Amino acid sequence: MYAMTGATIIIKLLERQGITTIAGIPGGANLPIYDALFASQKIRHVLARHEQGAGFIAQGIARATGLPGVCFATSGPGATNILTAIADAYLDSIPIICITGQVPLSMIGTDAFQEVDTYGMSIPVTKHNFLVRSARELLRVIPAAFRIACSGRPGPVLIDVPKSVQTETIDFEQWPEPGRPEDVVICEDAALLRAVSMLDESQRPILYIGGGIVHSGAAQWVRKLAEKAEIPVTTTLMGLGTIPVSHPLDLGMLGMHAARSTNLALEECDLLIAAGVRFDDRATGKISEFCPGARVIHMDIDPSEVDKLKTSHIPLIGDVGETLAKMYPLVKSGGRGRWLARIRDLQERYPLVSGDSLSPRKPFGLILAISEMVERDAIIVTDVGKHQMWTAQVYPFMRPRQLLTSGGLGTMGFGLPAAIGASLAFPERQVVCFTGDGSLQMNIQELATAVEQQAGVTIVILNNGSLGLVRQQQGLFYERHHFASEYQVNIDFPAIARGFGMQAYDLGDGKTSLQSLSGAIRDPRPCLINVPIHIDEDVYPMVPPGAANKEMIGGYNEEYV
Amino acid sequence: MKNTSDLIAETNHWNYRIIVLELTVNNHPGVMSHICGLFSRRAYNLEKILCFPDKGGQLSRMWLQVNEEEKLDQIVKQLQKLDDVRDVSYYPKGAELFVGIEKVLHA
Repeated sequence: MYAMTGATIIIKLLERQGITTIAGIPGGANLPIYDALFASQKIRHVLARHEQGAGFIAQGIARATGLPGVCFATSGPGATNILTAIADAYLDSIPIICITGQVPLSMIGTDAFQEVDTYGMSIPVTKHNFLVRSARELLRVIPAAFRIACSGRPGPVLIDVPKSVQTETIDFEQWPEPGRPEDVVICEDAALLRAVSMLDESQRPILYIGGGIVHSGAAQWVRKLAEKAEIPVTTTLMGLGTIPVSHPLDLGMLGMHAARSTNLALEECDLLIAAGVRFDDRATGKISEFCPGARVIHMDIDPSEVDKLKTSHIPLIGDVGETLAKMYPLVKSGGRGRWLARIRDLQERYPLVSGDSLSPRKPFGLILAISEMVERDAIIVTDVGKHQMWTAQVYPFMRPRQLLTSGGLGTMGFGLPAAIGASLAFPERQVVCFTGDGSLQMNIQELATAVEQQAGVTIVILNNGSLGLVRQQQGLFYERHHFASEYQVNIDFPAIARGFGMQAYDLGDGKTSLQSLSGAIRDPRPCLINVPIHIDEDVYPMVPPGAANKEMIGGYNEEYV
Repeated sequence: MKNTSDLIAETNHWNYRIIVLELTVNNHPGVMSHICGLFSRRAYNLEKILCFPDKGGQLSRMWLQVNEEEKLDQIVKQLQKLDDVRDVSYYPKGAELFVGIEKVLHA
């Protein structure tokens, strides 16, 4: 028989789930939970400086490990602040558990101090959520939250716990089993066999893979199937790394900022094998003109993604790793030399990188130079903007979970706290955060958290003094009205970083060279490197928003089209 | 559980464009928000809704009239994903279901 408060039950259940790190900020409505956490020997608390930072630290842990991350926030502003990080996790299917404090049950609905309807606000941005009405419910709710977050298509779960539930003491006989992922769903054999013969008949197939491959741990099966059947592979932003950049079948990213050759190859394919992807508009462009001549096999664990935007000829609903593994022995090998030759021809005609873009003062050159300076097992995190797209275009990603980036929600401010989370999960590994001056300013307070935790994060600011992608669109589509996108203050980011107690370097000071920073990058302490980038450096090629993917602007040999 | 084409076939058999889904859901205060939130967020039309407690209050039964033939497949799949939704099925007497209530409304 145990007698415990709700708050202690929460902490004990988290310990029993194997949680060792929680990011959060205390406040009036979650102080009992914090008092119980104070007594925990097993869980390290990471004090963020803004609840959104706490949410992204939990995401960094989850994205780097594949296991659920946990974050805490208080009621009212704590809850509203953390919602952005939860929405971000929802759009990218990241398993996080967010536990928010709430005003006592008796005060709910009275507009009490720091009361907001956290439950109601979090419904559309969570996989599931709970408002706990008694301490006893926690014994069911906490394991259920972990089960839901990790089963099938992962996602965030929010648990709102009124203060009176945290302080309520109950007796109970035994602990519930920790929440574990449910068994995976396996696709139907009949559909699988039809897919195999559709692939065997195809002359110009392309595998289109995304975050689902990462979640399923299916990268090796993608590679095996692609190699056996000679299928070129394109990935979404979320799928980068699932096929190594050096692989001869790798086409890189598709869509808005893809290599021209990749989007053109998709125009020509006769079969699209979509695996763990959701036909996002940034990947497909105008959906009605995406892969116009292709039949579609769609593999996904979430039935609602199939036929949502593009009708599939064969849906394969189930775990994508299992599906690919079952398909692999059944498909014919090779025989697609002409198609691969055609793709090589396109790639030679429209290279993504060439000539002066490789100068280390240019975005591609800088990113590639840094990729050569870091260890092979380094984790790369980006924020959102031009630097993110440049990194996605050229960084030599070799494995799943090497890149952590905000894909679906595109949240500026993601990078720094997510990098801290990744570093907390893997303290022995280098973590490099490519960010922009705009993005960094959206969660710059987490520099303090990085220093306090001595997280081994190297922050590289590609500083163009602007909201670069916004400015680029204004230049292309709004008659060069560069309005509200150019900052009028030239911020001394290294001075700010030093103010937080962090080592900092400035490649714009006329003395420091990138090569001289290899020691700083290897230093296990956090550091920041400011790199001036010309404001007119744009991201090309680019598909205008709403246009078909074949309508690309810019990039090398554009005039060949 | 029936698939969407069966549902639509049955609907056409009734010769109405009225589609009523019957849901069995857990009965707690947030369920209605989850269901209605799904419809508003994903821009599905929800014409009529009826809800009664069932099984001694543990569960609720809901009937949703959703005049959305094209999106019906997505609506059903999205409803099935909600953790509190136990079952989704087509309610064959959909056209008649709301008649009595409408009489009260117009009396």
